[in-house]
Amino acid sequence: MSQKNRLSGGQIDRNTTLNFTFDGKRYTAHPGDTLASALLANGVRLMGRSFKYHRPRGVLTAGSEEPNAIVELRSGNRQEPNTRATTIEMFDGLSANSQNRWPSLKFDAMAINDRFSNFLTAGFYYKTFMWPAAFWEKIYEPIIRKAAGLGSLSMQEDPDEYDKGFRHCDLLIIGAGPSGLMAALTAARSGADVIVADEDFAMGGRLNSETLSINDAAATDWVAQSVAELSSMPNVRLMPRTTVIGAFDHGIYGAVERVGDHLASQPAGKPRQILWRIYTKRAILCAGATERPIAFENNDRPGVMLASALRTYANRFAATPAQRVAVFTNNDDGHRTAADLHAKGVKIAAVVDTRPDAPTSMDYEVLAGAQVVDSKGRLGLTFVEVKQADGSNRTLECGALGVSGGWNPNVHLTCHQRGRPTWNDELAAFVPGDDLPVGLSVAGAATGGLSTHAALESGAKAAKAALGLKGRLPKLPEAEDAPVSMTPFWYVKGAQRAWLDQQNDVTVKDVKLSHQEGFISVEHLKRYTTLGMATDQGKTSNMGALAIMAELTGKSIPETGTTIFRPPYTPVPIATMAGRMRGMEFHPTRLTPSHYWAKEQGAVFVEVGNWMRAQWFPKPGETHWRQSVDREISQTRASVGICDCTTLGKIDVQGTDAAEFLNKVYCNAFAKLAVGKTRYGLMLREDGIAMDDGTAARMAEDHFVVTTTTAKAGNVYQHMEFVRQCLYPDMDVQLISTTEAWAQIAVAGPNSRKLLQKIVDPEFDISNEGFPFMGCGKITVCGGLRARLFRISFSGELAFEIAVPARYGDAMMRRLMSEGKEFGVVPYGTEALGAMRIEKGHAAGNELNGTTTALNLGMGRMVSKKKDSIGSTLSEREGLNEEGALMLVGVKPVDDTQKITAGAHLMNVDGPVDAAHDQGYVTSAAYSPSISSSIGLAFLKNGGERKGEKMRLVSPLTNLTVDVEIVSAHFVDPEGERLRA
Amino acid sequence: MIRIPCPFCGTRDHSEFSYGGDGSIQYPALDAPVQDWHDAVFQRENICGVQTETWQHVNGCRMWLLVDRDTMTHEIHDVRPAHPGMAKVLGVTS
Repeated sequence: MSQKNRLSGGQIDRNTTLNFTFDGKRYTAHPGDTLASALLANGVRLMGRSFKYHRPRGVLTAGSEEPNAIVELRSGNRQEPNTRATTIEMFDGLSANSQNRWPSLKFDAMAINDRFSNFLTAGFYYKTFMWPAAFWEKIYEPIIRKAAGLGSLSMQEDPDEYDKGFRHCDLLIIGAGPSGLMAALTAARSGADVIVADEDFAMGGRLNSETLSINDAAATDWVAQSVAELSSMPNVRLMPRTTVIGAFDHGIYGAVERVGDHLASQPAGKPRQILWRIYTKRAILCAGATERPIAFENNDRPGVMLASALRTYANRFAATPAQRVAVFTNNDDGHRTAADLHAKGVKIAAVVDTRPDAPTSMDYEVLAGAQVVDSKGRLGLTFVEVKQADGSNRTLECGALGVSGGWNPNVHLTCHQRGRPTWNDELAAFVPGDDLPVGLSVAGAATGGLSTHAALESGAKAAKAALGLKGRLPKLPEAEDAPVSMTPFWYVKGAQRAWLDQQNDVTVKDVKLSHQEGFISVEHLKRYTTLGMATDQGKTSNMGALAIMAELTGKSIPETGTTIFRPPYTPVPIATMAGRMRGMEFHPTRLTPSHYWAKEQGAVFVEVGNWMRAQWFPKPGETHWRQSVDREISQTRASVGICDCTTLGKIDVQGTDAAEFLNKVYCNAFAKLAVGKTRYGLMLREDGIAMDDGTAARMAEDHFVVTTTTAKAGNVYQHMEFVRQCLYPDMDVQLISTTEAWAQIAVAGPNSRKLLQKIVDPEFDISNEGFPFMGCGKITVCGGLRARLFRISFSGELAFEIAVPARYGDAMMRRLMSEGKEFGVVPYGTEALGAMRIEKGHAAGNELNGTTTALNLGMGRMVSKKKDSIGSTLSEREGLNEEGALMLVGVKPVDDTQKITAGAHLMNVDGPVDAAHDQGYVTSAAYSPSISSSIGLAFLKNGGERKGEKMRLVSPLTNLTVDVEIVSAHFVDPEGERLRA
Repeated sequence: MIRIPCPFCGTRDHSEFSYGGDGSIQYPALDAPVQDWHDAVFQRENICGVQTETWQHVNGCRMWLLVDRDTMTHEIHDVRPAHPGMAKVLGVTS
């Protein structure tokens, strides 16, 4: 296919030809092209269908502000929806498809929506699909979603890698146009560390698109020299293909670098995109300006584009959408487009200038005081209708129309810290206000200084000011300094279906309708019409809508207001936000010391916070997890079981005030705990609610080992440090987390002592007399390995926990297994652990759920009255001690074939089932092989006095009703005889 | 995304820190009346402007810090150790 609309010149490499496909059709392009420029060069104007009305659309701009030409790039698992054709750098083998059309781009069945546009106006969905409410989710929404919309997801995992990075600099320069390059040169020559980021793959900004000269040579030569000088400096980092997406606090900027988007395939191990966090001392925004369109009837046809874009395609990419073009402008800049295209041999049908005093030309016709009032062409522009100054109509044949309504400075990043832009009358545009993000200044066209000279000068000045450089300005290159000459003109009067926001299909009529329906605030207008809420954030549409709103309300534009911009400046793929934090890399994974041993045993693992813990250990022949868990429980209760409980938090508390310190953080007393003894402790929050529980073992007069639950290990440690540093700084006490320093293994069951006696060195007596229940001590095992032994029990059996330095954890597990063979030792996982503690009635995380008190937990009497501790005062609040407070009880089904379900609520046998009659709820449930029934722990109103009562356990959401009996929470060994055996 | 100059470790991202709360709270004695505790725990100001806050450099030195931060602008005016002894060693008062 020949590139029939390829012009001469441009910054493309004609020595290399690249092949690409669009909607399956093959085309050729050159390095330096974008997908949009290549399509235009190949004579393709139609690139997509609009969001709501499925109208044929082409390209509007030549940059990242593009609302229309959005395509699905690549295919298979690399398919990327909603990619702007204007920013896709061409590579060999590129494939793209148009989106939101069926069956084809040229014939789209959903274009029928356009015929019904009278009904599909602003607020259509809100008004039409109100009733019946139940229809919304199942019927209306899926249909609307299918009909409207953008690209589709591949639904496959993205195979590419994405990364995150951190950079630091003295000065970040955002944008490498004339102001950015001049600022960079000024700053870099002073020796400062400079980063220059530009979203384009070619630095130079607008200079690449113009035929301007600098220092009597082509401006692009100056760009090349400047980039070469900057590249040679060690203190400068140039980051092309990098969009600064947000200005955050304390001089931090987010930036997305498209490292590999322009490559056909990614080099192995290299990320495709990098999300940078750039820490800056200062930053200068040199983001330039974006041209804005003028709204007129049917202004969305393929071929109607911004005048500056037309110029960019001709000058930089040597492409034109058509061989005969017209220009519609309200300012002098539009005439540049006509002059440049004329110079390239493109026929200029006419320049339609709204101003009666428009400049004239020798080369083409200028229609002064005229307006484009309509356009024609089914799939692309064929001619425009012009209303001339004398009121007569005239038809101009043209395949493209360049529209210029003036320029809007790119103030976006100045708004990211709530900065409000201010109105500039001369430009009829918003310029950056005074409330800029700290450390940020603005230069170039982004300030409203639109000439090349103004850009160079403000860039140099901004760099000097940012770095506090003394002395005179560097000598500036010679450049044009044309004044801005424009007369505001926003839309052609009488136009209805004149598009403002092309991406969300919002017209002049919609804005008028929303005004008519009483929406006055711009923020409401935006939400009602969805104007500016598409992926382009209304970069080309917000101003037009604002101007119309101002006209309708009889107020000025600045009085009407402006909507501020939020990060990101341009859309960022979720994959880039995630970086390498995908799947199991979403958070760090902590492995227990016996992890690899457990893996060898075929254990099934479960995530517990960051930890991976063995959930159960299936044996050959076991087909259901319950078989494994029931076996583990029965064997532990019958003989002995072992379980890695390293994940419980361990905090070493040392110092002469250690006991007094624990007295304050635990609600029960610790001061008199004897050395060699362990005590259960309940910790309260300052508001009196239970925070966590655990044990504290007194290893020496001034040394305790505190354990916490797995889930709260971090919080408890933080809390204890707070108490130590902020509340009792005078206490002599130090804390350190030893969770990962010690591997801790629970050995439970009637044969646990016998098993341990085989490995504990003989000089240590661990008989019931020598090492009674709740004893603790430092011992040695296996011939001299230091260890700690605690006689504590979570399962309710005779049990110990043995701790050895973490590096011996794996060996200890293996040793216990081999020594325990004669007792039929069984490893058990978290399921059996949980079921056994429910059988024993021990509270855990489900019960310590942040709403319960010591009283609720049945530990009301534990809150010591003899001493004061954190939370004890507020635990006595009236509301927490009312008659009928929730109390921990046990529940079991009357019919033991039925099941207790955690989360279900308890209701009286008679009476309504509703929130007002709620009696309590089940927190934990499990099957107990010990009593051959499903069991649960529950909080029940006045539960202490309701043992034996029959109740209904209900879950109306799942139609569950089970008859249950309230019992003691201690299903197994209520007297605690086994523990003390 | 803010940066906190830790007096022990230097300036670090806030993701290394854990927010505590209002650092100006004077906790009553443990045996103080319920009303005093109620006021200290629940009657907190929602300050728009400079507020003294506690932050722990939890992924750093583990020290609890007093941070004077503007809740409106995130500007940080001062950072010092919450522990008075530590503050004294560094020559600042907490």
